[in-house]
Amino acid sequence: MMKEQLNQILSAALGEVRAASNQQALEAVRVRFLGKKGELTAILRGMGKLSAEERPAAGQLANQVRAQIEQALEQTQASLAEAAIARKLASETIDVTMPGQKISLGKRHPLQTVLHQLYDIFIGMGFSIAEGPEIEYDYYNFEALNIPKNHPARDTQDTFYVNDNIVLRTQTSGMQVRVMEQQKPPIRIIAPGRVYRSDAVDATHSPVFHQIEGLVVDKGVTMGDLKGSLEVFAKRLYGEETSVRFRPHHFPFTEPSAEMDVACFKCHGKGCPLCKGEGYIEILGCGMVHPKVLRGCGIDPEIYSGFAFGVGLERIVMQRYKIDDMRLFYENDLRFLAQF
Amino acid sequence: MNLPYLWLNDYVTIEKDPKTYAARMTMTGSKVEGWQNAADEIQNVVWGKILSIEKHPDADKLVICQVDVGDKTTQIVTGATNLSVGDIVPACLHGARLPGGVVIKKAKMRGVESNGMLCSFAELGLTLHDLPYADPNGILVYQNEGEEAILGKPVTKALGLDDPVFEFEITPNRPDCLSVIGLARETAASFELPLKLPQPPQRLAEGEIHNLLKVEIADPDLCPRYCAAMARNIKIAPSPKWMRDRLRAAGVRPINNIVDITNFVMLEYGQPMHAFDYRCIDDNAIVVRRAKAGETTATLDGQQRQLPEGALLITDPQKPIGVAGVMGGLNSEITENTQMIVFESATFDGPSIRATSRRLGLRTEASGRYEKGLDCENAMPALMRACQLVEQLGAGEVVTGVIDAYPVKKTPRSLPLEPEKIRRFLGADIAEEEMIRTLKSLQFGIEGQPGHFIVSIPSWRDDVEGMADLAEEAARIYGYDKIEPTLFGGSVTQGGLNPYQRFELALSEACMAAGYNEAMSLSFQGVKDFDKILLPEDAPQRKAVQISNPLGEDQSLMRTTSLPAMLEICARNYNRRLPAGRFFELSKIYLPQQKDGQPDLTVLADERPILTMALYGNGDFFTLKGGLEAIFASLSIPSVEFLPCSENPSYHPGRSAVLMAGEKKIGFVGQIHPAVLRNYGIGAELYVCEADILSLYQLADTKKEYKALPKFPAVVRDLAVLCDQSLPVLYLEKTIRAAAGKTLERLELFDVYQGAQVGEGKKSVAFSLAFRSYDHTLTDQEADAALQKALIRLKEERGAEIRS
Repeated sequence: MMKEQLNQILSAALGEVRAASNQQALEAVRVRFLGKKGELTAILRGMGKLSAEERPAAGQLANQVRAQIEQALEQTQASLAEAAIARKLASETIDVTMPGQKISLGKRHPLQTVLHQLYDIFIGMGFSIAEGPEIEYDYYNFEALNIPKNHPARDTQDTFYVNDNIVLRTQTSGMQVRVMEQQKPPIRIIAPGRVYRSDAVDATHSPVFHQIEGLVVDKGVTMGDLKGSLEVFAKRLYGEETSVRFRPHHFPFTEPSAEMDVACFKCHGKGCPLCKGEGYIEILGCGMVHPKVLRGCGIDPEIYSGFAFGVGLERIVMQRYKIDDMRLFYENDLRFLAQF
Repeated sequence: MNLPYLWLNDYVTIEKDPKTYAARMTMTGSKVEGWQNAADEIQNVVWGKILSIEKHPDADKLVICQVDVGDKTTQIVTGATNLSVGDIVPACLHGARLPGGVVIKKAKMRGVESNGMLCSFAELGLTLHDLPYADPNGILVYQNEGEEAILGKPVTKALGLDDPVFEFEITPNRPDCLSVIGLARETAASFELPLKLPQPPQRLAEGEIHNLLKVEIADPDLCPRYCAAMARNIKIAPSPKWMRDRLRAAGVRPINNIVDITNFVMLEYGQPMHAFDYRCIDDNAIVVRRAKAGETTATLDGQQRQLPEGALLITDPQKPIGVAGVMGGLNSEITENTQMIVFESATFDGPSIRATSRRLGLRTEASGRYEKGLDCENAMPALMRACQLVEQLGAGEVVTGVIDAYPVKKTPRSLPLEPEKIRRFLGADIAEEEMIRTLKSLQFGIEGQPGHFIVSIPSWRDDVEGMADLAEEAARIYGYDKIEPTLFGGSVTQGGLNPYQRFELALSEACMAAGYNEAMSLSFQGVKDFDKILLPEDAPQRKAVQISNPLGEDQSLMRTTSLPAMLEICARNYNRRLPAGRFFELSKIYLPQQKDGQPDLTVLADERPILTMALYGNGDFFTLKGGLEAIFASLSIPSVEFLPCSENPSYHPGRSAVLMAGEKKIGFVGQIHPAVLRNYGIGAELYVCEADILSLYQLADTKKEYKALPKFPAVVRDLAVLCDQSLPVLYLEKTIRAAAGKTLERLELFDVYQGAQVGEGKKSVAFSLAFRSYDHTLTDQEADAALQKALIRLKEERGAEIRS
């Protein structure tokens, strides 16, 4: 009798568990059969009325039924939860091809980008960075560099004058003197900055542009050191495969003087329109610091020697990014700035 | 300096192709910019001989010529009237090319076949100066002046056109290389070739000249040497072909024999020469002296010129007859009627010639050479060469004797050769013998014993003054490319950015992280820029460093404010239809030093680095302020206050603030005044900040120390107060902070409300506050007590009441 009842409850409960399509329905099934007032609970309560012989078997059967119902409830519970997550995930699908939320970071000006690369290259070789005035005494810009008044070398640099003694510096080379006056060897500096020449603006000229001066002074510095350091510089700037050549030149404040060319980026030395058939492109001027300049700064050329160089920043950056018009640097068109 | 290859070959036999020659010369220090051969532009134009001339059946003005062009006879129709049978003429055959890219093809001329064209000298790119015998209006009929025209062969060789001409870039320290001989010396040394220079016969000092002419150097400081020679029975005529060809190739127009001799010697020796007509020299005397005030003269170019006082002149006792080293006088010019001439070969002080040339605005071949400083010792050999050429050309009879006014003879210089020192200096193992060979090939003298050689410096090498110069001579011929690259050893130096440089780098990085693009502008401005940003007439920024020779009025000052350049950048982008922009620039402004309230331009300016930021099109005042606050936070710059300020004329009076660090103004931020925007043609609201970077740097907290994380919870309270509408929120915040004490951890504005509910002229300001103690859990009572203190002070100090 009770056995029958229990089997009926079991099959009814399993049937309802199977039919439950959500959490609430499942809970209702649990309450109906296993709750305090549930059907199985009621049966269990009625156990007391059974004889002592019947009780163990009935008890065992009742516990089995309870366990089976609980297991069914649990399984269904789990699969319902799984289905619910699947539904939620399905409903939350987004179009990942839509654009990201816009965050506009600013860009560094290309001249500054390359300038900082040069810093890194030279700092790696133990250089520090010196800065000095752009409005400069004629003395530092010219005279202390072995370029007296009415010297023909002044013709090659069209100078802006403030008065007879003050100019807008035409080169960063005056920093050589300023540094040597303040600091005793060993000296390893680069001095970046604006320089001025009275050239009207066009695709390759600007009255304001940037140079980086370099100066090394120590005991036993040789022209071979000059070549070696600048070769490292060129290779780190343009790539390991870059080849350079040093060509005699003249600067009043270095002796011997040279210009460093790199093999044309396009034809690699064969000669093409970019390098005007020469196979090489001029990058910088350099040389061994003139003994007169050393002496003028109180450094004994019998004990110390050094080399100096000057690089035009705009030219390097134009080559680097294939920029064909210098004016772009100072127009600051966002569409230009955003490219770097 | 243009160097014709044929001319060079007169002194050194060099058989390299132009490319090889140019490459080696460039690598030994005489940079070749390029070369040109006039013959490259002329193709398939050959010598032809006119065999017959017949009338054209259908054209009165044309004739039909049968022309022998070597291997064949060809028919060419021409309109020229200067031809005779037997003439040798340039025949452009089918497919011929002429200078300027003209191509000649065979064609029918009025029905008669013409297999090309006969041409004039102009069509070959020549002038009457080059071929004075030729008919300027007809076909070039060749005259043999020593070079035979071979039928069927290109015309270029006999015309002297087949000659590469090299363009050298000569550095200012080597005026000796502004000459064919100078470059021949370099060539001989570079290729290890023998040098054969002209050896004009020496002439005795004594002679008739001293009866005809006296020379006085009144200002020997400006004229170290003045040599003169004379010639009589001058027959002015064209120069011979070889001289005309060389002059033309070098880029100098042949004129007549006397003028050509002076130009030829200048190009050959690098020594400018001048020829005076003897008749025009009054009192038979030349005086070299400085110009007096108010003197004038007409120069050879026909210009009447006011002579700068102190400029060196060539004069006779009556008048100036030339501006020394620059240009001769018109009054003593060589003409067709010149009978007797005086040759001048002199040296002048370089800086003086340069100054005169600049002041007259007159640069000549001569002045360009003199200003670099010429070799006194070259003057007499050049004069001898001129005399030799007068005789060689049959241009006249050289008067005996020469004048040599040379008050202080140049002292030859010599230096010890220090091979070991040179090797150490260069880092190159160049043997002593090699150094000596190089120096000798460059005409340096060597005396003494191995290890103790003395080098005597040629008179034309004033640039060689010491060991470093000798090292350069040795190195450049040895080859810079053979010096082994090394990396300097010696002492270790600690490189890197200094703290300020690191700060600037971090500042620019913070600006970019905040969305601002880095801009770079020029450092100039003009007075108009001050007007455009509405600076009053007496504004201190108007006192700027002035450039005495600016490119233009708008670039005549060094900027004292970074604002106009930033406005230009925004205007340019706005006008190029870019709807929004954010920029920053780290740049300098240039503030003149003050002395007694006036700018002092005898000392250098104060160059102050300035941060300028701008945004338009996307954002407002608080966008920019928020950016600034974020940048300050990232650089650990605490306590910059934004105080309302309506005094900056470039900015909106109600939307701008001065940046204060304590009592110090360190910058300005705000919306740009609409009138300024109109001046720049910007149609969008624009916000700009200008801040002094050094002040920011000084504010940055570089001594950071870790503070323990809080162990106890915070108590949070909201507070809303009513106050006058015009009361800055900052003042409320200051009062709250001062009153609430150190347990107040955070104070944040979260609402400002104005409207009917709070009443006219009032606003409600709501803050969120968090209180926390670091040593115990704060009780509500403690927090409320602190809040209460704030409320009392708000009422007392700011008239603000709690909103009920």
